[in-house]
Amino acid sequence: MRAQFVLSEIGVGLRRNLTMTFAVIVSVALSLALFGGALLMSQQVNTMKDFWYDKVNVSIFLCNKNDAKTSPRQCSKGAITGQQKQQIEADLQKMDIVETVHKESAEQAYKLYKEEYGDTPIAATITPDQMQDSFRVKLKDPEKYKVVASAFDGRAGVHSVRDQRDIVENLFSLMNGMRVAALCVMALMLVIAMMLIVNTVRVSAFSRRRETGIMRLVGASSFYIQMPFIMEAAFAGLLGGVVACAFLLLGRYFLIDNGLALSEKMQLVEFIGWDAVLTKLPLVLVISLVMPALAAFVALRKYLKV
Amino acid sequence: MIRFDRVSKSYPKQNRPALCDVTLDIQKGEFVFLVGSSGSGKSTFLRLILREERASEGLVHVLGKDLAKLSNFKVPHMRRQLGTVFQDFRLLPNKTVAENVAFAQEVIGKPRGEIRKAVPQVLDLVGLGGKEGRMPGELSGGEQQRVAIARAFVNRPMLLIADEPTGNLDPQTSVGIMKLLDRINRTGTTVVMATHDQNIVDQMRKRVIELEQGRLVRDQARGVYGYQH
Repeated sequence: MRAQFVLSEIGVGLRRNLTMTFAVIVSVALSLALFGGALLMSQQVNTMKDFWYDKVNVSIFLCNKNDAKTSPRQCSKGAITGQQKQQIEADLQKMDIVETVHKESAEQAYKLYKEEYGDTPIAATITPDQMQDSFRVKLKDPEKYKVVASAFDGRAGVHSVRDQRDIVENLFSLMNGMRVAALCVMALMLVIAMMLIVNTVRVSAFSRRRETGIMRLVGASSFYIQMPFIMEAAFAGLLGGVVACAFLLLGRYFLIDNGLALSEKMQLVEFIGWDAVLTKLPLVLVISLVMPALAAFVALRKYLKV
Repeated sequence: MIRFDRVSKSYPKQNRPALCDVTLDIQKGEFVFLVGSSGSGKSTFLRLILREERASEGLVHVLGKDLAKLSNFKVPHMRRQLGTVFQDFRLLPNKTVAENVAFAQEVIGKPRGEIRKAVPQVLDLVGLGGKEGRMPGELSGGEQQRVAIARAFVNRPMLLIADEPTGNLDPQTSVGIMKLLDRINRTGTTVVMATHDQNIVDQMRKRVIELEQGRLVRDQARGVYGYQH
């Protein structure tokens, strides 16, 4: 088998079918860019989870004296007693899953709140009276929040148990939703891309039926006859894959580093690095090569019989 | 070389079989004319030899192989030992004469050195020496058919199948083509040629096989065309 001969045949085939080839490249590029984007999105979610879960606590808010009128039953006796407080702290320390327990008094909470929301109108209406003492519990495994909640929620003197994860969880579920949406669009685009390839290969095979007819007659193997078409599809797909890789790299650059510059605007968020993008590229390229080749192979099986 | 043993071929959705109970033997080195009116089964006969179709009943042996037992995978190898020529030449219009002939070797993976040697040789043999660089469109019908024969013969097949090779040519050009086929036959290559050309069959006096409505009605050594159409 002669490489130069095969390559020149591929070039001729691709040029003859320029518009279709272009359509294949674009659809493969878009679908794989979405695929890579979805992969990166889920990695971003994981990165953020690691980052945030490290920082978030389970907060056990304790009853203060104002809560007797407004709040749940367990606060009906007014502020929590010192004994109850000690009991809760001792129980927390006994739990395996608890890493650290940090006490925060109402005054501290007030100070922090003032620092954070100092100038806002709401902050002006807040008084130290309204703040609660609390335990800030850090868990070894943030997922075990429920154990703490069930142990302390409803206990006398405990106003409420809140997992700060709930706050970031909303963001994560939004990002997950975006990822799922990207995957759905990708699946659709990929189907379109495959159908385009099947069609392109059929047109290509039809326009070269003279050549393939002669090849069959002189005894070229079906592999040899089909290979130029498969290589054509694979080559167009690979071009699409390269474009998709460019999309991913540019996407990270303009979203995170520059342009939108999310890394500056959201400094509390840790973003995925270049290595995360780079490790996805080989996968994208392999898929861009293999899927079109398979589609072409399937398309030809019916079309080019021995 | 070729053996048909009670071979029938029916196509779906057709009442009458295209070939019906045909038994015959063609020996190595023979020159055989296949005659019969259109629809008599000549094309089916040739397609069975080329294994483009499989027989519905009976056994077809070509080059000592039972084609029914030949796997799809091995068909290309079998075809490399056959050469095929058609009425419509089937040349590639965007390739030169030499490239057209070389194509038959390139696609079966012959080394380049061998191709470079074989192509001018076979072009000389068919009388096209010096026209290697021409495009098929610049050649006469007879010359185009010579290119097609060169392409069929360049791999030195054991068997040459010709389906009305003179069908598009004037009588004088046809004679030239027949001389060429005769010459190829004398190198030991078996030639099976389907034709409607009465003059040629009558002149050559070779074995004649006549089909009529799919049945073998005549198999005559040194025969003539014999029927009016």
